[in-house]
Amino acid sequence: MAEEFLRIENLVKAFNGNTVVKGANLTFNKGEFVTLLGPSGCGKTTILRMVAGFERPTSGSIIVDGKDISGLPPNQRKIGMVFQAYALFPNMNVEGNVGFGLKIAGMPAEERSARVEEMLKLIGLSGFGKRFPFEMSGGQQQRVALARALAPKPRMLLLDEPLSALDAKIRVSLRQEIRAIQRELGITTIFVTHDQEEALSMSDRVVVMNAGNIEQVGTPFEIYNQPRTRFVASFVGTLNILSGTVTNPADGKVTVDGQEIVTARGVSDAIAGDVRPIALRPEAILLNDVIEGRNRLSGRIDEVNFLGSIVRIRVRLAESAVSLDTFNSPNNPPPAPGQQVTLSFLPEDVLILDITPA
Amino acid sequence: MKQSRFWSWVIFVIGALYFLLPLVATFQFSLSIRRDTLSWDAYTNVFQTPAFQQTFGFSLIVGVAAVVVGVLIVVPAAYFVRLRAPQLRPIIEFVTLLPLIIPPIILVFGYIRMYSSSSWIPLTDSTIGTNILLTLAYVALAMPYMYRAVDTGLRTIDVQTLTEAANILGAHTGTILLRIIFPNIIVAVLSGAFLTLAIVIGEFTIASLLNRPAFGVYMQNVGANRAYEPAALAVISFVITWVAMGMIQLLARFAPRTAARS
Repeated sequence: MAEEFLRIENLVKAFNGNTVVKGANLTFNKGEFVTLLGPSGCGKTTILRMVAGFERPTSGSIIVDGKDISGLPPNQRKIGMVFQAYALFPNMNVEGNVGFGLKIAGMPAEERSARVEEMLKLIGLSGFGKRFPFEMSGGQQQRVALARALAPKPRMLLLDEPLSALDAKIRVSLRQEIRAIQRELGITTIFVTHDQEEALSMSDRVVVMNAGNIEQVGTPFEIYNQPRTRFVASFVGTLNILSGTVTNPADGKVTVDGQEIVTARGVSDAIAGDVRPIALRPEAILLNDVIEGRNRLSGRIDEVNFLGSIVRIRVRLAESAVSLDTFNSPNNPPPAPGQQVTLSFLPEDVLILDITPA
Repeated sequence: MKQSRFWSWVIFVIGALYFLLPLVATFQFSLSIRRDTLSWDAYTNVFQTPAFQQTFGFSLIVGVAAVVVGVLIVVPAAYFVRLRAPQLRPIIEFVTLLPLIIPPIILVFGYIRMYSSSSWIPLTDSTIGTNILLTLAYVALAMPYMYRAVDTGLRTIDVQTLTEAANILGAHTGTILLRIIFPNIIVAVLSGAFLTLAIVIGEFTIASLLNRPAFGVYMQNVGANRAYEPAALAVISFVITWVAMGMIQLLARFAPRTAARS
């Protein structure tokens, strides 16, 4: 069983009467990479800042290795943090920045120099020690910020949207680098982002937050494939949300715009005539590929969007519209709008969501 | 386009002449101590006068002391206002502007009343005490310039994030101020320092009423008794100010660059 390292208990934070974190309860295991995912203002950064010590919780506790650190100032928490805006000290070169925490800790110059070199090697920036932050690209600066955070061997690493200020290509390569370094060091890491792709690709577990509440905690696979709430389903990935009228709760039969489909999980808590939100991932739907055992819906192509490797097609049923993704194939051009098509999907791919609004 | 550039130059030349002509005239007058020939005699007279060296040296020391005390008060104050109490900024700005509103003569009479021999802190009873009072008066007088310069410097850096980044690496507030904040606003501090020096070097009212041998008092005395030397002194004080401004520009080149290239 994984060893628990950090526990957050009933954590509440209010600013001038506005509660931004509403009783968060979370546990983080040693060496785990956990992402707090959610839209702006959902409280994810506030939780991170409370763990760092920059914000004092209104109530609740933060327990690290069995000790409550809620009242401890940031400089005594032994936590490393990487900020969105890099926050490298402009007056110091790379060596000065990476060695800052070590100098504060009173490490002798020789030992410090060796540790700085080790850190620069880890982030692939050996030989950059004498450069100043303004002489480096955004990606390089953020790697230096990571080395600076890791140099004093913190017991935990906090990453506050560290990739948001970088361009798309560097973002992808840096997230792989960060994850590789985290695995190598085995350091417990909390990553805050609003980018679901980052969250799904990097994390051991994802915590989805909305309006100060934790909506769901799970592995990326669980979060994506078994969203528990309508918010999680719509926030993580692209999702078709249709209105389904229950016709046979026991057999899981539902109609969408008058066309009957079957859900594998059933709708036993509903009665015939109930209207329930139904979710379908675009990639779960096949176009004109009618196989026995799959649900079918007929409609007309409304719009075709070419996205490079993927072609997103929107099909209008009667009232509703369904988007589906197909892979781009150079020998097989996408269908034209106006064409009559049949959509098919497995009963297992139909998710019946809570009736609470997103 | 060309038309507008022409008029820009015309306005620039008129403005330049407006400022430079009196200076050139003063400079020429300072060189006219001998009949029918230009000479540096007025400058030689000034530099060779022991009073010049003494008063200039005194004002320079008081000026440096005022800069040091001013920096020690203003930098932490402006830093804390930006970081912890931004709502206090308008009040602090108003307070720092008061020396511009209150004439130095009122200020010095207030000081004399507060710190004379009958007060709890009788600073005017001793020479050292009076020098301290003069230094503190200059700190107050230069406060609007020093505070604004430092505040502008703080605006160019992300004070909060840099503070948090240093804090989580184990640094205390004192270390953060000394090692992170101060080096990054050094140019702003220096511009405040040179402005303070420029004010102190020429200040007359407070130094005169506190009876201190300052350069401003010396200049006034020379102006009352000589013809050409005051012109030479005026040119010298302009040169000192320009050197101070030039130093600000020069030091700005060596300042830490805060702009990130991304």
